[in-house]
Amino acid sequence: MTSKTRKQLLTALRYLAIIAGAIVVLFPIYLMVTTSLKPRVAAFAIPPQWFFVPTLSSYATVLFDDNFLRFFMNSVQVALGATFGSVLIAALAAYGIVRFRFRGSQVFVGGTLVLKMIPEVILVVPVFLLWNAFGLINTRIGLIMVYVALNLAFNIWIIRAFMMEVPRELEQSAEIDGCSELTIFGRIILPLIAPGLSVAAIFTFRLAWNEFVLSLALTNRFTRTLPVAVSMYITDVGVQWGPITAIATIIALPAFIFTFLAARSLISGLTAGAVKG
Amino acid sequence: MATTLRKTVTPGLFILPALACILLILIFPVLSGVRLSFFEYAMRDFATGDDPVFIGLDNFRILFGSANFRASIRVTLVFVSGVVVFELLLGLILALLMEGGIKGLRLFRTLFILPIMIAPVVVGLIWRFMYHPSFGILNYFLARLGLDPIPWLHSTEWALRSVIIADVWQWTPFVFLILLAGLQGVPKDLIEAGIVDGCSYLQNLFFVKLPAIASIIAVAAILRLIDAFRSLVVIYVMTYGGPGVSTEVMSLHLYKTAFMAQRLGRASAIAVILLAILLLFSSVLVVRTLRTERK
Repeated sequence: MTSKTRKQLLTALRYLAIIAGAIVVLFPIYLMVTTSLKPRVAAFAIPPQWFFVPTLSSYATVLFDDNFLRFFMNSVQVALGATFGSVLIAALAAYGIVRFRFRGSQVFVGGTLVLKMIPEVILVVPVFLLWNAFGLINTRIGLIMVYVALNLAFNIWIIRAFMMEVPRELEQSAEIDGCSELTIFGRIILPLIAPGLSVAAIFTFRLAWNEFVLSLALTNRFTRTLPVAVSMYITDVGVQWGPITAIATIIALPAFIFTFLAARSLISGLTAGAVKG
Repeated sequence: MATTLRKTVTPGLFILPALACILLILIFPVLSGVRLSFFEYAMRDFATGDDPVFIGLDNFRILFGSANFRASIRVTLVFVSGVVVFELLLGLILALLMEGGIKGLRLFRTLFILPIMIAPVVVGLIWRFMYHPSFGILNYFLARLGLDPIPWLHSTEWALRSVIIADVWQWTPFVFLILLAGLQGVPKDLIEAGIVDGCSYLQNLFFVKLPAIASIIAVAAILRLIDAFRSLVVIYVMTYGGPGVSTEVMSLHLYKTAFMAQRLGRASAIAVILLAILLLFSSVLVVRTLRTERK
């Protein structure tokens, strides 16, 4: 075998392995989406029907259910509220840290890293007790507050990295023009670091939209969010895989959208802190 | 005078909201949880308004004497080491396959993010569906290959492995992304020097590439360790810790102790143990990050 054909063979094998990997990664998601589009009987058919006429009947079942709509709206409100609050507060803090280089900013950086590690499950019991005491239990605002705090460390970390790239002269000339700190922050800094803000926003939305344990413990049947609602479908109704995969697909929808619109931001967010730059 | 005052007060005002949130919603609850771990406090006491009773280290003593808690430690260790080893290995292989730059690399990278972004609840549901003993797709594939069906989530022998497989599916792409970024950062001349010296692919891999990304591999391992220790939702949805306690990891044991057994003090003691383990791992990460920050 010549070295050229050998090289071609190796390349072919490499692609084969990568495509096999991609199939393994995508197949479960494919199965979920197609099951949600199958007519009721076909969802359970063995051997599976690979070709079928897609129907939205499972989605109709779900969408005409008042409970579902309530949980969906809860999820939307909680996720948007948490995202707005957490990104705003984090941007302010990041600006404070970068702009003023105050003493102890090292402590703050180390601290935010540690805070990133606090698992939701450790907060469940104490926050459950506190929120009961403050009347925040079973409220959406109570859940939003926890999510704001949980993602704050990551957001400060990301936004700070973007802010450090902003040239200092820009702020200084604005200051000479008589702009206040708040104007500099709102008019000059924020527009410049929009990509950083969007990374922070996507990851906060992801946390608040996907989170399960805290939502399970801190909400009731009026305020619970979609992930908790869907988990209850399994036990309540036996297992109706059509509607369940339909809700699961709806829960996964923002993830699909973010992935295809902002893959690069996602990768920078996911690898933040692990790889420099 | 007024300007110096302004210079010290203004940064404080910017940081204040974040500091307040972190102190009131994260630090304070964690500390009150630590305090509660020294108390006997049942959900019933909470409902009737009775105060927690101080019992010193009894919660910890009871926990370490409890077969279920010790089982949860063992399950956690198997789960964590299983997922970390397989994810690093598979992630590294994928990263090496794609490192040379392939056609459609960006598309592949994008597709590989999907499992990471999807809600753990959804991941649990999908796999539970695929693992279903009678109409699950996995046993159908096995049958087509002429193999016996596997009782994925329904036997103590297989349940933990099945749970590990689902986690490996979801998080290998994460390790892959980090390692790929690391490999692409290895200076080209370093690798070319190796090739000129007549190094084989494997020699180049073990003596040049892997040492060059050793610290990134370590970070990926720690990040996955931390996440695997707190992992809970996928297992909750797939097995709820069963059969028996064969997949009941510490975090799930914590949740059940608090909201099923309704022992809030004892659950807090588990939280303290979990927190101690996580702080240990994260301190390694913090030290490293602060060091690279200073550079």
